[in-house]
Amino acid sequence: MGVEQKLGDMGVVTTTLENVVNWSRTNAMWPMLFGLACCAIEMMAAQASNYDMSRFGMELMRASPRQSDLMIVAGRVSKKMGPVLRRLYDQMPEPKWVIAMGDCASCGGVFNNYAIFQGVDEVVPVDVYVAGCPPRPEALIHGVLTLYEKVKGEKFKDLAEKYG
Amino acid sequence: MTQIEEVSIEQFKHLVSERALTGETMLLNMGPQHPSTHGVLRLLLELDGETVINCIPDIGYLHTGIEKNMEAKTYQKAEVMTDRLDYMNPMGNNLAYVMAVEKLVDLDVPVRAQAIRVILVELQRIASHLVWLGSVGLDLAAMSMFLYCFREREQILDIFELVSGQRMMTTYIRPGGVWRDVPVEFEKAVRDFLKIFPKRIDEYETLLTKNPLFVDRMVGLGILDVKTALSYGVTGPMLRASGVNWDLRKSRPYMGYEQYDFNVPVLTEGDTYARYLVRMQEFRESLKIIEQALNKLPFGPVHSENRKFVPPPRSEIGVSMEALIHHFKLWTEGFPAPDASIYSAVESPRGELGVLLAGDGGPKPRRVHMRTPSFDNLAVLPEIVKGHLVADLVAILASVDIVLGDIDR
Repeated sequence: MGVEQKLGDMGVVTTTLENVVNWSRTNAMWPMLFGLACCAIEMMAAQASNYDMSRFGMELMRASPRQSDLMIVAGRVSKKMGPVLRRLYDQMPEPKWVIAMGDCASCGGVFNNYAIFQGVDEVVPVDVYVAGCPPRPEALIHGVLTLYEKVKGEKFKDLAEKYG
Repeated sequence: MTQIEEVSIEQFKHLVSERALTGETMLLNMGPQHPSTHGVLRLLLELDGETVINCIPDIGYLHTGIEKNMEAKTYQKAEVMTDRLDYMNPMGNNLAYVMAVEKLVDLDVPVRAQAIRVILVELQRIASHLVWLGSVGLDLAAMSMFLYCFREREQILDIFELVSGQRMMTTYIRPGGVWRDVPVEFEKAVRDFLKIFPKRIDEYETLLTKNPLFVDRMVGLGILDVKTALSYGVTGPMLRASGVNWDLRKSRPYMGYEQYDFNVPVLTEGDTYARYLVRMQEFRESLKIIEQALNKLPFGPVHSENRKFVPPPRSEIGVSMEALIHHFKLWTEGFPAPDASIYSAVESPRGELGVLLAGDGGPKPRRVHMRTPSFDNLAVLPEIVKGHLVADLVAILASVDIVLGDIDR
């Protein structure tokens, strides 16, 4: 009973505003064109012909943080790069997400030394970690789809608390 | 976390011209996050209108401490680091490092292993040049080049995955040989690639070489003369585009390169377009080498029989006490190397990649230093961009073919 039944023949779908907003966010997520090291090459490969990430609405890499809503930290973050990375993150408009691609960005990887941040989560909050050194393009795509699942479950209430 | 500090113009006084201090010229920051710097390079540009009058590269945004980390690892384990050094050329880095280790401990390499190494390193050279060509295309707004180049690159990565199980960071070339023999499908996979790729190069050349839009943006830019090139220690395709016939594969042959018949493409123009042409010809020369190496791929062992340095095969461990001891000793303690220092170099896709390795009598190196080609090739950039437009700087930088992992280490 209700509005669905009455409008069923008219091609109308009813849903919540939250669902619509989250759905639209997932299907046009613009990642920032930002490569650091080895993983950036695999990120390029994921964008290129064989893996074609544009199947998931991500063909548009933006070089400016102001126009992007997903930061894929592809590679090791050095102590010199950390502040720059943070500034780029701060420049991105809300809502924004971060994927730590590869072992170096997730936990420092093989570089346990003075020069590398042991995980980019020391610098910016991370939503999805993708393992691998470097992860295959499939792994990155899986990471992105995992992020989509996460975004689909987001509540306005939580966002309001998060961003104030 | 270290904070970004605001800097005043006073701090750049020694780097820029007088006119910058009065505000007559403009200082512009290019990078570290910029789509055309091929990584995290920062260029401080002093501009007079659109013209670059000073270019100051600021490196170190990808400093990884690889050389220091290698000192804390045994000779075998340190090899893992070399893959991540110049990430377009992991096989070549492995080879450079492994050759240094072999020279230090005086280890023999069977001929079959040498031929396999040559095939893989040449494939890696093609893969590296493909990424370069794709990103040059992107920089000059030829998006389709990027898609074509990565299509062929995937085929090479599939071959790497076939032999080593990894796409990029293979660590397949080991001290004393290679990790294990290539699978039977290897030959067919490489032959398929050899069959397809010449046509693909023709395809790229039809798209770019005579394309007026491309040529106009490449010819006559960033001219590097022989004297400057030599004084800065420039190597690789950049040097060969300036008219110096210097290729370590020819002039200091290693891994049996002397038995293969190939040419070293040399051009004299020294501009961006010449560098492009040299690399395009190198595609074909690499194919020649791969074909010859594959045709006479000898049979036999793929690693040295010297058990003091090369772990025994798995099958021996179950039946031989000595093999078990060697295996245990090699993977817990490593092998000792003499207290000496040696230098060994290979021709990477970007130039001379040298490894200085100093042993201290124990199983870990005292010092490892890489002489990386991108570092020296980048050093010459300020010389060759002066007087060009900012838009042309992108083309010149692309033609230098830098890899930041290679520069910062």
